[in-house]
Amino acid sequence: MGKSVERQVVLPWQQVVRISFNSIRSRFFRSLITTLTLTLAVAFVAFTWSSYEILDSVWPHASSSLQESIISSGYELTDEGFGGSPKDIWLAILSLLVCVVGIINAQLMAVTERFREIGTIKCLGALNSFVVRIFLLEAVYQGLIGGISGSLLGILVATVSLIVKFGLTIVWSWPFLGMLFTMAWASGLAVLLSLIGVTYPALVAARMQPAVALRAEE
Amino acid sequence: MYQEAHNVVRLSEVTKTFRMGNNIVEALKGVDLTVKTGEYLSIMGPSGSGKSTLFNMIGALDKPSSGRVFIDEVDVAQLDAYELAWLRCRKIGYIFQTFNLIQVMTAMENVTLPMVFAGMTRDEYTEKGMELLRLVGLAERYQHKPSELSGGQQQRVAIARSLANDPAIVLADEPTGNLDLATGEEIIYLLKQLSSERGVTIISATHDIKMLNVSDRVIWIRDGRIDRIEDRDKLKISVGEVA
Repeated sequence: MGKSVERQVVLPWQQVVRISFNSIRSRFFRSLITTLTLTLAVAFVAFTWSSYEILDSVWPHASSSLQESIISSGYELTDEGFGGSPKDIWLAILSLLVCVVGIINAQLMAVTERFREIGTIKCLGALNSFVVRIFLLEAVYQGLIGGISGSLLGILVATVSLIVKFGLTIVWSWPFLGMLFTMAWASGLAVLLSLIGVTYPALVAARMQPAVALRAEE
Repeated sequence: MYQEAHNVVRLSEVTKTFRMGNNIVEALKGVDLTVKTGEYLSIMGPSGSGKSTLFNMIGALDKPSSGRVFIDEVDVAQLDAYELAWLRCRKIGYIFQTFNLIQVMTAMENVTLPMVFAGMTRDEYTEKGMELLRLVGLAERYQHKPSELSGGQQQRVAIARSLANDPAIVLADEPTGNLDLATGEEIIYLLKQLSSERGVTIISATHDIKMLNVSDRVIWIRDGRIDRIEDRDKLKISVGEVA
């Protein structure tokens, strides 16, 4: 059997975008759980990072009494500014690990719930790669939503708590560019975690024989 | 329109065994079958007779343990993933007992999904989708999701979907299984109408007696083997003693 143009099955990216977007929109509350995992983990990371950013930008202009109170609150100042100590780095890594495990679990459950749907799509002529593509794009959407909401939340909480602890001098030196950077980083991280979490379940689902997938309970 | 009848589906000594833990279940014990183009064929048998397994073999949804399945004289086992996908997209349409519509998509999106895979443009598939929905009498419901449709309506959408790419074969696995008597009759009548108007071969696995009236041939399957094959004329006589 040759592979002439007629004999191809295709799924253009425009369609992948449309299908996965509708999928998320219709399953909004169901996918909220996965997204919430991301939001909270990213919020924590963004909270710690932005706290360090703010302190780094406040420190040079701070009065000595302010500097004293910052140090006595438990923030460690290392050569690279705040947030460089092993303890801080460990905390960040741990929170990310917990996040990844949570996402993998949530995505595994979400994909299992859709085995029937996947079997059906394959009966209509979808290749394995179509199924994987749709799930990957859904994971990207969830990553973006979780990442942006999480970093906004984290930055907000960090700013407010520092203001409460050290007063309004924080506001004058608030590093706008630094915050934007943090948000971009955190969102990118969320998308990456989301993709890591969905890859294995999506591959498993895509490779099932349609007859087996259709037997799954819904 | 007289078409030279050829074998659109052919099974040759097909067996299928399942391993459930330590038990071996022989769902099919050697089935030979030929189906001619344009036929309306029913596979009938009690639960556990191997009906659904046979259905899966014919529809290339599962592989036989031994024996060969030919669709249009092409051995299905020799096909790679791309060719199988092409087969399911263009040559075969599927209808299931549980409808199996995508819950998050509207009726129109469900019907046109196979057309998307076949590479049709948005204008093309929108037009064809509406035409198919009109054919099954659901043109006004094209924006509705499956949850907003009754069982009969969902099955109609499934039928429209199965015709999306003008397949040669439509496979129906217990199409009336989840429907009440009246709706079931409507669906059977619709399938027969489509079969005669479009010349598409319909193979349905069922234990619904109402299907007997519309079938050209009936294959009775029992215990993984074909019990007997009956033509329509013979059926009328023996319907009183349905096994």
